[in-house]
Amino acid sequence: MHRFANPGQFMRVADKVLPWIVALCLPLIAAGLYFGLYASPPDFQQGETVRIMYIHVPTAFLAQGAYVVMALGSASFLIWKHPLGDLIARSAAPIGCVFCIICLVTGSLWGRPTWGTYWVWDARLTSMLILLFLYFGYLALANAFDDPARGDKPAAILALVGVVNIPLIKFSVYFFNTLHQKSTLAGDLFGAVFGEPEAAVQAENLPADLAAAAAQQGGDLPPEMLLPLMLMLAGFTLAFLALLILRLRGEFASVRLRSLRAGFRAEPRGA
Amino acid sequence: MMGFRAVLLRDLRLAIRQSADLALVLGFFVIAASLFPFGVGPSPDTLARIAPGVIWVLALLSVMLSLDRLFQQDLADGSLEQMALSPTPLSLVVLAKCLAHWLTTGLPLIAIAPVIGILLNLPAEGYAVLLAGLALGTPSLSLIGAVGAALSLGARRAGLLIALLVLPLYIPILIFGVTAVDAVLTSVQPTAHFLYLAAILMAAIPLAPLAAAAAVRHGVEG
Repeated sequence: MHRFANPGQFMRVADKVLPWIVALCLPLIAAGLYFGLYASPPDFQQGETVRIMYIHVPTAFLAQGAYVVMALGSASFLIWKHPLGDLIARSAAPIGCVFCIICLVTGSLWGRPTWGTYWVWDARLTSMLILLFLYFGYLALANAFDDPARGDKPAAILALVGVVNIPLIKFSVYFFNTLHQKSTLAGDLFGAVFGEPEAAVQAENLPADLAAAAAQQGGDLPPEMLLPLMLMLAGFTLAFLALLILRLRGEFASVRLRSLRAGFRAEPRGA
Repeated sequence: MMGFRAVLLRDLRLAIRQSADLALVLGFFVIAASLFPFGVGPSPDTLARIAPGVIWVLALLSVMLSLDRLFQQDLADGSLEQMALSPTPLSLVVLAKCLAHWLTTGLPLIAIAPVIGILLNLPAEGYAVLLAGLALGTPSLSLIGAVGAALSLGARRAGLLIALLVLPLYIPILIFGVTAVDAVLTSVQPTAHFLYLAAILMAAIPLAPLAAAAAVRHGVEG
């Protein structure tokens, strides 16, 4: 594994893999869109708005996944001093940040027709918002130093500190009473482990129809909905990888440029 | 342990000699709180409803504003470098600095919080739980804040950066601190909220100094 920690070696492999990823990702997303928008039934309760799920769930998954990638990269940078880890973390951050924004926006657009409100301050939504703030903090810190290379270690430490939020997001729907539905995919598994709480909703804060809607949510997906969701999940994950490689290329080039410039400046003038 | 005591006493002595800094933080706490009656209207019911949240948010901001005191001066005059070189583990030094920071920021804030409670018409049964929550929560604020302060050493616009780094991490403490008071005001046991606050503190005491020490070491070298 450490062989690929050499950025040059890694990029050579990544450049070879990139066209395959793109070639696989585009048809998957196209098929996912086809099944998601045309060839799947509307939900018996939510109607056509359920189709937002095919964007919302993959982006939510990747917003968290990108953070995990970032944290793993940062950890390998801090532990083994692999420069590649820092480059991966820096490249994953803006992508994850955008996925997080898309997830929050689609979620609130979905919330309006189904819950009757764009935003509620419940555990899942709040922890996702904190994730967005963590991305902002990471990006700000990584770029806050006059010498960009100085920001690598602080940013890596921050990424590791912020990782406490990830399990909090994942389990927020089990630990707290929330309007957000339980896990779409692994509902049975997590429900069995953590004991699915009665879909109790704090009634004093919410209108009655809203509470009823929340109580009936969650559970298993029928196969015709599961298919487009899985296609989109796979397609989006591959898109994330493709973007990651493209950004890595950019980061790699800018590091090389900086070191070339530094070398150039170190040369005495006119020598 | 001797190093721990020495750093603690030194920071306390420095903070007492520069007590104007402390007065500024407390002044901010009181003045910002007195803005709310103008902002939301002086109706006692409204003020009583928002009082716990306002006090907690302002305590958070006051702690945050005083975070640059933690490392910035010591970095400027070189003493931070000496601490990093000393045989005392740097995380222990950071822990001592956090304790000193809490004693000179968190504790005065707790002492003055009841006054703000009166200004904001906090119901009488809320005081004990508010102060207990602050006593359990503000040490975590200092510890987590130390990570942010250490990470932003040497950065451009470090003050603003600290806010961006630290405030998201403060949110859980804020939530449990405020809901504990709200629980008592609606006659519910606040035990669960206190347990959460205690759990955060117990995780922050060993972990935050480690992260902050790593960041300090990098800041000193850079």
